[in-house]
Amino acid sequence: MSWTIEGNTGTWEIVVGLEVHAQVSSQAKLFSGAATAYGAEPNTQVSPVDAGMPGMLPVVNAYCVEQAVRTGLGLKAEINKVSVFERKNYFYPDLPQGYQISQYQHPIVGKGELILDMPDGSQRPIGITRLHLEQDAGKSIHDQGHDTTLIDLNRSGVALMEIVSEPDIRDPEEAVLYMRKLRSILRYLGTCDGNMEEGSLRCDANVSVRKPGQPFGTRCEIKNVNSMRFVARAIEYEARRQVDILESGGVIEQETRLFDSVKGETRSMRSKEEAHDYRYFPDPDLLPLELPDDFVEKIRASLPELPDEKRARFMAEYGLSSYDAGVLVAERETSEYYEEAARHGDPKQAANWIITELFGRLNKAGMDITQSPISAANLGKLLGLIKDGTLSGRLAKDVFTIMFDTGDAPDKIVEERGMKQVTDTGAIEAIVDKLIADNPGQVATVQKNPKVAGWFTGQVMKATGGKANPGVVNEIVAKKLGI
Amino acid sequence: MAIDKATVAKIAHLARLEVPEEQQEHLAKELSGILGWVEQLGEVNTDAVEPLRSVMPITQDWRADEVTDGNRREDVLANAPAQQDGYFVVPKVVE
Repeated sequence: MSWTIEGNTGTWEIVVGLEVHAQVSSQAKLFSGAATAYGAEPNTQVSPVDAGMPGMLPVVNAYCVEQAVRTGLGLKAEINKVSVFERKNYFYPDLPQGYQISQYQHPIVGKGELILDMPDGSQRPIGITRLHLEQDAGKSIHDQGHDTTLIDLNRSGVALMEIVSEPDIRDPEEAVLYMRKLRSILRYLGTCDGNMEEGSLRCDANVSVRKPGQPFGTRCEIKNVNSMRFVARAIEYEARRQVDILESGGVIEQETRLFDSVKGETRSMRSKEEAHDYRYFPDPDLLPLELPDDFVEKIRASLPELPDEKRARFMAEYGLSSYDAGVLVAERETSEYYEEAARHGDPKQAANWIITELFGRLNKAGMDITQSPISAANLGKLLGLIKDGTLSGRLAKDVFTIMFDTGDAPDKIVEERGMKQVTDTGAIEAIVDKLIADNPGQVATVQKNPKVAGWFTGQVMKATGGKANPGVVNEIVAKKLGI
Repeated sequence: MAIDKATVAKIAHLARLEVPEEQQEHLAKELSGILGWVEQLGEVNTDAVEPLRSVMPITQDWRADEVTDGNRREDVLANAPAQQDGYFVVPKVVE
């Protein structure tokens, strides 16, 4: 995939790296025993540690350490058995300590890799630079009073994994694919719920532009791009802005910019005089984080089958296309649904029914796969009824619709509504005989041009309410008309 | 390492401390003196020495992922100069 901007002075390409903040799915915070649940009353999930009270000491949450390692392993990354928490110093009202405990020179996870599944079925690796653990800040609410800001510290101290990519992304859509894939891996691992609306997954994008083959340009960081939809739009807007500046003779200032999703543009966030100077230093309240000997191996042994491996297995085991397999493994729940359904019928047919019929109905109803009125077992049974000839493709679609509306099992629906396919040749022959007798004109036409024999098939289907087996009907029509 | 007046002004700003200009020269001299004294450590060869993280031979305690604190908003807000509907209130920080 190659994405470029045609400017007045030639072709430009973009260089993008992403910094993703993923909230660890823990009960308690990274260094305190306060809860992390979303949507609580303001300042009710705050311990004195999170409020930055003097004399309070942080103690690291073992589960959060485990999840960082787990995520690192899922990203095929190096795990550092010794890492160091440092203080990142800055002042802001939602940061009561006056510093954020983060990791800087010695992160818990080093270099790894994430594979993008491109639309053409190919794969493209994006480098992971690092993953480190850090505290979230509180929440500032600016729009409640005209000269005040309200602060809620419930989020203060919640554990985040900051996952930094190499500047390997060259297309705004690749950034979206990266986010989707990362979210999928995090959800398979269970280390982050990936909920962007609730802020469990947030994305900052570092964007620069250059003429192909030239060194990297100066980058701008776009903050808080909080939906998949906006990732590509924010990057594209920012790239065009930079090209416009460079082509009119200007220079790009390295700065932090905010994406405004209403206007679809980025704007400068912090003034230049507040240039970052975080004065990182090791947190004297925390010893280096040392992982016990078998810690990493134990976690490695408990890793689930991840999307890349599952996709490869679906292609090999079920003969699925790369695209179909990719769609089915994106969410763990979908992949499990698929495998259950495929046990009862043809695996390729199962994939088609889920991707075209079921996803279509679920989307329309605003449901996800876990809310599907049709259970995987029942979809499997439906496939079985197609396979053994009880249902034609057309009847199966009708049964499917009833299943979706009622949640009933397909055999029950077929039984109660008499929707069985008619394969009784005697009954079909009788209908065909009558049609031939009643329509001598059509008989003559078809005998001259056998290609229009479909008219008879159509009439039989009509007469049987769609229940005749189309293969059997075609055979009988051809035999009776001598074509 | 000598600290000049401009550096004093910069670190004072970063620490949000108000240091009047007439004191900056004096502070620069004092800070330079302290740093110079500490720099004597540089005379010791530490090439093969690991950084000392702690003077005690202990490992870090880890906590279990259990909720043991919270639901004490009154305590949390007790020192707030201003509060409203359970929030801290501060002067507006964006335009």
